Amino acid sequence: MAHSRPVAGGAMPSVKKVVIAGSAYVIAFIFLFPYLVMLLTALRPQSSLREAEYFPSSFEWSNLLNFWTGGLADNLLVTLKVAAGSTLLVLLVALPAAYYSARHNFRGRTAFLILVLITQMFQPTAMLVGIYREFYQFGLVDSTWSLILVNGGFNLAFAVWILNAYFASIPRELEEAAFMDGNGRFGALFRITLPLAMPGVITALIFTFIAAWNEFVVALTLTTSPENQPLTVALNSFIGQYSVDWQNLFAGSVIATLPVIILFALIERKVVGGLTAGSIK
Amino acid sequence: MKRLRVLEPLAWVGPAVVLIALVVLWPVIEMVRTSFLEVSRFGVVRGWNGTENYDKLFAETDFWPVMLRSLIWVVAVVGFTVLISLALAQLFNQRFPGRKIARWALIAPWAASVLMTSIIFKWMLDPEVGIINLIRRDLGLIPAMGGADADQLGQAATAFPWLIFVAVFVSVPFTTYALLAGLATIPSDVYEAAKMDGASKFRTYWSITLPLLRPALTVAALINVMNVFNSFPIIWSMTHGQPGYSTATSTIFMFILKGSNIGESAAMSVVNFGMVIVLTAIFLKISKWKQEVA
Repeated sequence: MAHSRPVAGGAMPSVKKVVIAGSAYVIAFIFLFPYLVMLLTALRPQSSLREAEYFPSSFEWSNLLNFWTGGLADNLLVTLKVAAGSTLLVLLVALPAAYYSARHNFRGRTAFLILVLITQMFQPTAMLVGIYREFYQFGLVDSTWSLILVNGGFNLAFAVWILNAYFASIPRELEEAAFMDGNGRFGALFRITLPLAMPGVITALIFTFIAAWNEFVVALTLTTSPENQPLTVALNSFIGQYSVDWQNLFAGSVIATLPVIILFALIERKVVGGLTAGSIK
Repeated sequence: MKRLRVLEPLAWVGPAVVLIALVVLWPVIEMVRTSFLEVSRFGVVRGWNGTENYDKLFAETDFWPVMLRSLIWVVAVVGFTVLISLALAQLFNQRFPGRKIARWALIAPWAASVLMTSIIFKWMLDPEVGIINLIRRDLGLIPAMGGADADQLGQAATAFPWLIFVAVFVSVPFTTYALLAGLATIPSDVYEAAKMDGASKFRTYWSITLPLLRPALTVAALINVMNVFNSFPIIWSMTHGQPGYSTATSTIFMFILKGSNIGESAAMSVVNFGMVIVLTAIFLKISKWKQEVA
């Protein structure tokens, strides 16, 4: 009897471990499932789409190529322009603001940080009518510029927060030492501080890019002609038609979804901190 | 020189303030202003019309049902999301082989566009070929494909629960990750002390883990409340708020009104805005946020 305890104690955790690992794999599969369905549907031959079957009997890889000739290439280009444009805008505007508010104590600094925090709480959906009315008055409805501006504005808060935290964590002495070495103020900034803050810069960059890439409701409101719509709006309008062209829809979905899932995996750890940090402090 | 020092912050921080003012604050003001204007269908302002937009909105037969549904929507989605995420965070916090990959799979619905995920669910719920209905048929839950039983999104009674399901599905990943980050901050010696005292697993979770997890839980739930209340793509792509207005929440109703009467739509947005603020305040009061911070 004296021996049975350690044996049982040794066996039990491994059973427990199998159960834990097993349920974690099942849950992981459930969360991946829709995207696997998407991939399989995108590769189905057009003729077999309306057949009730679990797995396609054959694959048609050319579906993904047909996407380019199906007219969605223009929409992908709009999405790329909006995502790249707003990412650039956010970096140009957020970098100096985050750096300065991390390094200097100026009048209005607290007010500025609170303004940023409040912005993070605001959602474009909540003020869609206001956004529409504003850009209507500017004459910027149905323009890629308006999408770049709106996406940039609403993602600025996250970038400022995360960059501010990074800059604040870099010792001032490092920068001053570089300054003393005759690099000049901007030389020290570009040679020492910015490289050290790179993880934060990359996180802000990818986060903004993904958010703008995925954005739907503002683009749905501000674009009217099909060639000016980003991929999300164009794909959604496929459903509105009498018969849904699921084939092209899913080829487009794969192209709209896979890149961001991969990009997001790179920054996941830092995003949680960035999204919640501002509210905890 | 002194003047320059005053202007210096403006040069660094100014552009950010201008962008926020232009894109975030201006629309709020414009929205409130529009809610008191009479605007034609083509965007021509005809002048002030007092509270007429609000009077018209409150008199809509669908207004109160929509507001009630929005409330149910938020409470149900956030409630299920938090409960499921608490369990998943506990599970994914354990050590097991392949944990990194399993955690990575959880990211997909968070990274992907909510619109895309909704479109895929709509496809999986297709009455004739949708895989969810295939599974239901093979489990004997529905007699055949194509019938009314298979058309889950066509009927309000089954459509709304599915919409809630999809909203929970896309909200769980972020919430779980936020809770995992919270769990990581709990020092392990607290658990060792509880073990020494002979506390049961349940007791340890209830008296140690949950209270220490509260800041992370509060923030994650709060972010969810705001996201879910302003959620749009799920319902819009899956049902358009139909049949009738039976699956419409306040944001969907606002969007539909925008097509016919922009003043009334603005009034709906203002009401929606107020609701978010009230809900946030109630939520913070319930979760005793202030005591937590002080």
